Amino acid sequence: MKKKYISLLLMAALAAGTLAGCGDSADSGTKGGSSNSGSVENNEGEEGKVINVYSWNDEFCKRVLAVYPEVKETSSDGTVTTLNDGTEIHWIINPNQDGVYQQKLDEALLNQASAAADDKVDIFLSETDYVNKYTDADADAAMPLTDLGIDPDSDLADQYEFTKVTASDVNGVQRGSTWQCCPGLLVYRRDIAKEVFGTDDPVKVGEKVKDWDTMEKTAKELKAKGYFTFSSYADTFRLFGNSISEPWVTSGETTIKIDQKIMDWVNMSKEWLDAGYLDKTVKGQWNSDWNQAMGSKSKVFAFLFPAWGIDFTLKPNWDGKDGAWAVTNPPQEYNWGGSYVHACTGTDNPKHVKDIILAVTADKDNLLKISKDYLDFTNTKTGMQEAAKDSKSYASDFLGGQNSFEYFTPVAENIVIAPLSPYDQGCVELIQNSFNDYLQGQVDFDKAKSNFETAIIERYPELTQVQWPQ
Amino acid sequence: MKTKNKSVNYSKWGYIFILPFFISFFIFSFIPLADTIRYSFFEYYRSGIKEVGPNFVGMENYSSLLASDMLKYAGNTLILWLIGFIPQIVIALILAAWFVDIRLKIHGQQFFKVVIYLPNLIMASAFAMLFFTLFSTNGPVNGMLMSLGIIKQPVDFMGSVFGTRSLIGLMNFLMWFGNTTIMLMAAIMGISTDIFEASEIDGCNSIQRFFKITLPLIRPILAYTLINSIIGGLQMFDVPQILTNGQGSPDRTSMTLIMFLNSHLKSRNYGMAGALSVYLFIVSGILCFFVYRMTNNDDPDGSKAAAKKAKRRR
Repeated sequence: MKKKYISLLLMAALAAGTLAGCGDSADSGTKGGSSNSGSVENNEGEEGKVINVYSWNDEFCKRVLAVYPEVKETSSDGTVTTLNDGTEIHWIINPNQDGVYQQKLDEALLNQASAAADDKVDIFLSETDYVNKYTDADADAAMPLTDLGIDPDSDLADQYEFTKVTASDVNGVQRGSTWQCCPGLLVYRRDIAKEVFGTDDPVKVGEKVKDWDTMEKTAKELKAKGYFTFSSYADTFRLFGNSISEPWVTSGETTIKIDQKIMDWVNMSKEWLDAGYLDKTVKGQWNSDWNQAMGSKSKVFAFLFPAWGIDFTLKPNWDGKDGAWAVTNPPQEYNWGGSYVHACTGTDNPKHVKDIILAVTADKDNLLKISKDYLDFTNTKTGMQEAAKDSKSYASDFLGGQNSFEYFTPVAENIVIAPLSPYDQGCVELIQNSFNDYLQGQVDFDKAKSNFETAIIERYPELTQVQWPQ
Repeated sequence: MKTKNKSVNYSKWGYIFILPFFISFFIFSFIPLADTIRYSFFEYYRSGIKEVGPNFVGMENYSSLLASDMLKYAGNTLILWLIGFIPQIVIALILAAWFVDIRLKIHGQQFFKVVIYLPNLIMASAFAMLFFTLFSTNGPVNGMLMSLGIIKQPVDFMGSVFGTRSLIGLMNFLMWFGNTTIMLMAAIMGISTDIFEASEIDGCNSIQRFFKITLPLIRPILAYTLINSIIGGLQMFDVPQILTNGQGSPDRTSMTLIMFLNSHLKSRNYGMAGALSVYLFIVSGILCFFVYRMTNNDDPDGSKAAAKKAKRRR
């Protein structure tokens, strides 16, 4: 009897599963139907019916919905957006963690040529750390903008120069565009500044952190009062790592050249850590210790963050009142992050793709709207200069009414982006991991070097040797 | 003649019923297995989104693996396994002996059996995540120890080789000792109660009983547990991977073989990963052979071995 019930239950479960499956497949069936007719029409130069967008979060989706005028409606689960002419945008979102996003995207790109017209990737996004992997001229995954009908010189004239360089391949052909620009600043605690320096005025504090030498003296002052300057040695990495003079790997070579700047970072981190300017218990970023260092109980004076870091990382971790933080100039101009929008080679919706890219990354009014609504530092030189002067509309409550754009804008104008290579993500990640042990006193300097060599060649088997600066 | 016909008829149905398994095994296990071995002789990886190879390179992957730190990682794996296994088997033996002992009359046996098995039900990665948070430098364990006044400075558990390895061992122990206990209990219960009674009449104390009767009689199961655990230990991955963020830090001292395999798969290096898999396959194969021999020669409940032992003693 018992067995009978169990089997009945199993059957019911199975039936439910199949039925649910049916519901889904019925949906996709109709979509498939329309897609077939779409691909037939495609031969006569018509646009496909489905735009597939690959991304790792809903950041891009939100911005498109906010500024693209053709948007009609979005399904309740947020995965499908219908445009006025009936074309559907499918948002395909895979998380960035553990490289899942890149894995899924790579699979899709490898199948791009053989995929049905409406399954083809039309737009995909990439981050600065790995943008070069996709804009690579040989890989030809991202379409040159000129092929879409966008002329970077005239259509994107108002963008910051370094964002264009980042999105270009070795031949200087621009293959992507961004709405966002990520100049970084120094964000500090006002209460600590008042206690140690007697003032929390951004201009005066800015004077104290204007370059590394002054910064070190300031660190000593902070240390005397029991405060850490930064939380972890990883905090300063971007300032050094993004100002290297040669790419990690020169195109066509298989040698990794470690820039002197990286070694400077290692040496400075060791000195600062031993001197007690950095918190020894915080190992790297994006962990709970690091998050706790942003809380009100922490003894950390400052963080180095671009606009997104202040809003998405610092703000959620801060447990005190608004107005406790302020921004000022960093010891060195730097850029950290940024999402690039690419048209995928083989897209069946070039016109829509072009429209979307222009609307989200090149229209000054749209960009200013994004800046206001989402606090992004957007990619419009003239717009940002206006924002810097317009303290009324851009004042931030979190920063105690300070207009952060006033500080972001000059940094953005002075950024010289580090030369990119397709191996950047692995190099940046692994060099920090390998020297982590050295900085923590677990291994000596040479062992850390050889650990990096082992790890990098494991990750990128085509690379053959590592060249350290003399 | 008649009976033979009949049996042929039946066996046909037998084959048809087991066919689905063999088809799915062939497609989902056998072909990938053969492919893994085939690719281990090729240079085959992905650089960015460009594929390199497959180019035939013979045994090059195998020799470059031997030249790399593979043996060091094998040593790490062994150490990490031992740290977990030794307490696991000791505790499991004690618990099993207690639970089975009729004289002790432990109350709520069922409840404790469930409780000790529970950690095994948690996903290993979730468990590692939990430990990572608990034992982080500013985490609750350090906080507790400090407020109790046991330590003054927070201990950097995951910053030292000893700390990281012990944590991994502790987790493996917690996850698997329940499973082992239940297996050993089954083995002990398989021993005829006559033997225990006879020993008691002869004036045997409980320690003697454990070492002279229980332990020798469950030896086949013990060996089975050991070899099974070695095979499991060879594949140790999720706990150290999550705890050390895939780095095997500090200084790659908690990098296991499968983590090493995984770091090759980050670049989709099917050739190198394939060669490493083949090495692991050979080692596991040898171990499986022992298990197979054991389970076939000795009755797993130990009765046959018991009979043999009894004979010898006589």
